[in-house]
Amino acid sequence: MGFIWFWIVAVMIVAYVVFDGFDIGVGILHLFVARTEQERQISVRSIGPVWDGNEVWLLAGGGTLYFAFPLLYASAFSGFYLALMIVLWLLILRALGVELRMHIESHVWRAFFDGMFFISSLLLAIFYGAALANVIRGVPLGADGYFFLPLWTNWRIGPQPGILDWYTVIGGLLALVALSLHGALYLSVKTESQLQERSRFAARYLCVTLLALTIFSLPATMTARPDGLQNYQHYPMLFVIPAAIFAALIGILYFSGKQEDRKAFTCSCIYLALMLVGAAVALYPRLLPSSNDSANDITIQKAISGPHTLQVGLIWWGFGMCLAIMYFVVVYRMFRGKVSLDSSGYGH
Amino acid sequence: MGLALLIVVLKSIALHKKDERYNQAARFWARIFAVNFLVGVVTGIPMEFQFGTNWSQFARATGGVIGQPLAMEGVFSFFLESAFLGLFLFGEKRLSPRAHWASAFMVFLGSWISGFFIIVTNAWMQHPVAYRILPNGSYEVTSFWGLLTNPWALIQYAHNMSGAVITGSFAMCAVGAFYVLENQFSESGKLFLRVGVIAGIISCITQIFPTGDIHGRYMAKHQPASVAAMEGLFHTQRGAGIVLMGQPDEEKQTIDNPLVVNNVLSFLIYGTTKAEVQGLDKIPRDQWPEPLPLLYYAYHIMAGLGTYFALLMVVAGFLLWRGKLFATRWVLWPLMLSFPLPYIANTAGWMTAEIGRQPWIVYGLIRTDQGYSKYVSAGNGLFTLLGFMGMYSLLSILFIVLIYRIIASGPEKIAPALVAEPITVA
Repeated sequence: MGFIWFWIVAVMIVAYVVFDGFDIGVGILHLFVARTEQERQISVRSIGPVWDGNEVWLLAGGGTLYFAFPLLYASAFSGFYLALMIVLWLLILRALGVELRMHIESHVWRAFFDGMFFISSLLLAIFYGAALANVIRGVPLGADGYFFLPLWTNWRIGPQPGILDWYTVIGGLLALVALSLHGALYLSVKTESQLQERSRFAARYLCVTLLALTIFSLPATMTARPDGLQNYQHYPMLFVIPAAIFAALIGILYFSGKQEDRKAFTCSCIYLALMLVGAAVALYPRLLPSSNDSANDITIQKAISGPHTLQVGLIWWGFGMCLAIMYFVVVYRMFRGKVSLDSSGYGH
Repeated sequence: MGLALLIVVLKSIALHKKDERYNQAARFWARIFAVNFLVGVVTGIPMEFQFGTNWSQFARATGGVIGQPLAMEGVFSFFLESAFLGLFLFGEKRLSPRAHWASAFMVFLGSWISGFFIIVTNAWMQHPVAYRILPNGSYEVTSFWGLLTNPWALIQYAHNMSGAVITGSFAMCAVGAFYVLENQFSESGKLFLRVGVIAGIISCITQIFPTGDIHGRYMAKHQPASVAAMEGLFHTQRGAGIVLMGQPDEEKQTIDNPLVVNNVLSFLIYGTTKAEVQGLDKIPRDQWPEPLPLLYYAYHIMAGLGTYFALLMVVAGFLLWRGKLFATRWVLWPLMLSFPLPYIANTAGWMTAEIGRQPWIVYGLIRTDQGYSKYVSAGNGLFTLLGFMGMYSLLSILFIVLIYRIIASGPEKIAPALVAEPITVA
């Protein structure tokens, strides 16, 4: 049961990053690739009907985490208190940025909300990357299963880590580049002419940077978590995952070079998903490792809910996911194709 | 949530009567709904996370029970709402009238399901059922069905949703009355008033009877301390009266300047004027709900406003039936000005529920002072509280400005900003 729920939560986080990842990426990039008011509108409109649904993966995933692993939810959310609160504020500001720009026809108003959308998307990407890096590095868990991390201490991995240190900042930068690339590829798929060309151009540079950062992140991770390869050494088959990650990156370069945007975007989805799966494989069966004493690690066994809760949960979760996937298919089919400006419909 | 229902009503009339005016009205209210939805989404996200961030001991103990409805809210309601809101707002031209009606209905369904799961969560904290305590001290559901059909949840849900419809009706009436009094867009204004007043009468009455009535009696049975404090009843009494007004003095255990109707409280709770009602003197001092005066006032504000709403709507409904409402300025004015009051009444109602539960976070099982996050210092707590206050102030200002603009630009033409550059995804 623990194994199943570990992967259920992992899959929901993957879905969140892959889906919401591209609209965060659009938020980071749109100031640079969309120059005219018309292009800005197109880029915001390309995510307009879907961003909110994408963000639901975060809420549904958070809720699932809460009931399947209450200890992890309680410990991690209170331990990363400040970072989490900042993330919540950023989510609020980002939603305002996307939704309110169209309400008033004024350059100042729109520039203000475009800026808000940009900054909140940028910082969110960095915080998400840093959050994942924190989980990999481990946190100073006490015997009671709790910890508290300040935002930063001495920027070193050591007995007193902060949420931000050199390793987690690398994680943040990696996420920033990866999500920007994801957004650039999405815009290449959804737009035309100059906006599309600039997005493709940005994607090339971002992809090369991402390749370099991904290679660099391997030794960095080994320094931060020396036992990170244990599971891989036990089951060498698992080395398929890192191999596939690099294949996906090469795929992005190859397909974006041939201007096959859809395929490049698909490769980017695979890249993001496998990065997370790779991290999950390394952690399993730990949920949140301790940075001082591995006896204090929060493991699946320690954190898992009671058996009846999980059995019932499996039933409704399966049913609910079928519905959710159906909605996603309907919405994405409805709003498929290139975004353009025309005279029908009304905004909100 | 109330508005979501009213939009479905407007869309249904439009579909049934093939009357374009109702579609136009639905479009107008959809724009107001979209702004409300945005504020609801962004303020709702923090709530789901705050169980863990600020109440981690409570979250750890009870995740096996209340984590369930919270996760279900995400899975069953938020996906539904977000998907169909996009279709409803952006898809009118691409969908058939029936399909567009269906998208409105799905948004309504999503928001009402969401309300249900949240109430199930809260109801378990108010009246825990269907649980057992595991050896490690955490709680587990023993009957999933029992959790979802907690009697407290069903009553609270009915009462809460009725309150949501009141809020929607008052908003609709207020805009309608404004247009009629201003003599601008007055045809739309009359349409809003007709729908708003009828929905208002129904919801204001169900708010008091049966939902409020049953809720109060059920509470008296299971949370006697809360009811005694809400009513300001310090001493156990036979034939207890109801305090309409007065200021509770906790030290002397009296009500100053009381305005009391004899025997009514006994009658409301037990159906007979003679029955004995438990006062706070029967409750150990360390189990009194605190802050007691705030609870007392919150309850009285809720009940007082609820009574006013019902009276106003009945009068307006009578005039509507006689065909005189649109010319009766002394009723249109209060209809226009009363729109903030349901927000206050709803807030006061939630304060009654939440302060009334004190000193428990889960009634009778976990005290509130055993539920907080131990390692989050008060300084960090204050920092984030101030941050949220700033953020919510910004939201409030934006909300008011945007709603005002939508109302000022009127329902009969689409706002200029949107005429100039309307966009769809082709």
